[in-house]
Amino acid sequence: MRQTTLRIVAVGAALATTILTTSALPTMALAQERVVHVYNWSDYIDESILEDFTKETGIKVVYDVFDNNEIVETKLLAGGSGYDVVVPTGPFLARQISAGVFQKLDKSKLPNLSNMWPQVMERLAKYDPGNQFAVNYMWGTTGIGYNVDKVKAALGDVPIDSWDVLFKPENAKKLKACGINILDASDETFAIAMNYLGRNADSKASADLVAGGEVFRKIRPYVKSFNSSAYIDELANGDTCITIGWSGDILQAKKRAVEAKNGVKVKYVIPKEGTYMWFDNLAIPADAKHVEEAHAFINYLMKPEVIAKASNFVQYANGNLASQKFIDESVAKNPSVYPNEATLGKLFTISPYDPKAQRVLNREWTSIKTGK
Amino acid sequence: MAEISAPTHRSPARWLVVAIPYIWLVLFFAAPFFIILKISLSDTAIAMPPYTPVFQGFGDIGSFFGGLDLDNYSFLAEDPLYLDAYLSSLRIAFISTLLLLLIGYPMALAMARAPSTIRPTLMMLVILPFWTSFLIRVYAWIGILKPEGLLTLLLQTLHILGPDDQVQIYRTDWAVFIGIVYSYLPFMVLPLYAALEKMDGTLLEAASDLGCPPWKAFWRITFPLSLPGVIAGSMICFIPITGEFVIPDLLGGASTLMIGKTLWTEFFGNRDWPLASAVAVLLLLALVVPIVIFQNQQRKVT
Repeated sequence: MRQTTLRIVAVGAALATTILTTSALPTMALAQERVVHVYNWSDYIDESILEDFTKETGIKVVYDVFDNNEIVETKLLAGGSGYDVVVPTGPFLARQISAGVFQKLDKSKLPNLSNMWPQVMERLAKYDPGNQFAVNYMWGTTGIGYNVDKVKAALGDVPIDSWDVLFKPENAKKLKACGINILDASDETFAIAMNYLGRNADSKASADLVAGGEVFRKIRPYVKSFNSSAYIDELANGDTCITIGWSGDILQAKKRAVEAKNGVKVKYVIPKEGTYMWFDNLAIPADAKHVEEAHAFINYLMKPEVIAKASNFVQYANGNLASQKFIDESVAKNPSVYPNEATLGKLFTISPYDPKAQRVLNREWTSIKTGK
Repeated sequence: MAEISAPTHRSPARWLVVAIPYIWLVLFFAAPFFIILKISLSDTAIAMPPYTPVFQGFGDIGSFFGGLDLDNYSFLAEDPLYLDAYLSSLRIAFISTLLLLLIGYPMALAMARAPSTIRPTLMMLVILPFWTSFLIRVYAWIGILKPEGLLTLLLQTLHILGPDDQVQIYRTDWAVFIGIVYSYLPFMVLPLYAALEKMDGTLLEAASDLGCPPWKAFWRITFPLSLPGVIAGSMICFIPITGEFVIPDLLGGASTLMIGKTLWTEFFGNRDWPLASAVAVLLLLALVVPIVIFQNQQRKVT
């Protein structure tokens, strides 16, 4: 869920090379040593889970992270990525399945599937018909994260419960001085804007996309940055006062601000107009070299206590029904993480973009971001 | 003459020495370039790899070549975004190179005129930043320039800025220029220093004996003699800055439009490898012109 392209290209390439070379050698030397190469979102697991997995199974985990779906997709489409488990988001998963990137899961090796949440699996089936290729890892929403005091100072004592706070130019203008960030994830931001306008969030028609873009064009002069990873820290240390962001990221920013004792109060809200609901899912590339180990890893993550530990740490909801009794009350009872039925009804999903709509979308987005 | 030179010409060792740079170029320049050129003539597809046609062997070579076309190039011409991005990159590279010259030249001159005992130390100081990772140095600039960063703190302590004012440099073109000039400075200083250091000091003495004021001596003697260094330094900086991606992405704002970023969006955001390749091929062509000028200049010098 996060961007800042370059860091990944440069560091990722260097890191990947190091990991591949350093890990390839011992693997060849000791053919019986078992490893699994995992490629997951940054800040998205309690790392002690990886150590516990190695202790329990003897399988070593080589863990690598990314901060946007595009990087993952490009690596997977190029082939020979060297990863055994990757974690793409719904629409990306769907497209990658149709490109032949993934292999079908061997469900006989995944007995913990019985712990999964049927409702989440049903929603995931939109991207992966029949749930053949992927298992949900975490899911969440894209909403508004804000600095309680700074926004109050700028807007006065008004309730923050609607996209109007950001999308009305007169509000955005008042918030300019304290810092507005917009998530750099065009598919999600456009869906949210189209939904805000009362149009179909899943529309791929150029007219709708352009109308959605217009929402951002109007507030562009007041936006400080478009990013999807640095905003966590910027929100936590007060550099940014309001952002469109992913639920867990904003709750992590809240946690970091509390830890830093800097007096910054961060809050996350799902606006009343509804918002995008996303799913990040575990899947095994078709050319994975450690298929057996990949299944073992996915099965391990479906253990209720294990995935509950991850949710407690990253503050995202997971797709594992049996895990809910192990999740801390502050997470499980938090309506921003596990929304109630009424809110769930307003959340929407989107299907993948075809190449033509994707081009219109990204062209609009580039033009909005550069202000041209 | 012919009897002597013929055997050396045929000696395998000599062939090898000549062949190594050519093999290097073919493997690491020509081959990748032709792969990119080929992809730029293809069409996108939802597949692995995400374009068609893919070379399947010589049996289908007819349909393989039939699937190639120039559509991507004509698309680049239709949308002003790409031209804007090219021009904006060239503008940023040009201004940066000018700034580098303005800062680098006095530095190189001071180094060349310094007593020979401390020259190695000065040289060391120029190279020293390379001992830290480039990325860490750019991140350090974020720490300095951001609104709640070190620069704001310093100016507030000095009462130049009020307690509620903040420096607004991070995520603007200014930050990009600062980052680029900082990162590329050694590449400008070193060729200039090499050119200035070789200069014959007696020429300046002669000028001064003949009544030429120092500033005039600089423009009529020092600067023309250092021209090869100026051109080498400018080219070494200008060319990579044009395609620069890291610095504008980390320090620049959303409105900093550069071709490197456009390329990124095509490749990753749109998954349009063919169009991204076409952008890359054109970028290469845009850079060939300065390289050719550079080579001509070098030939004149030697």
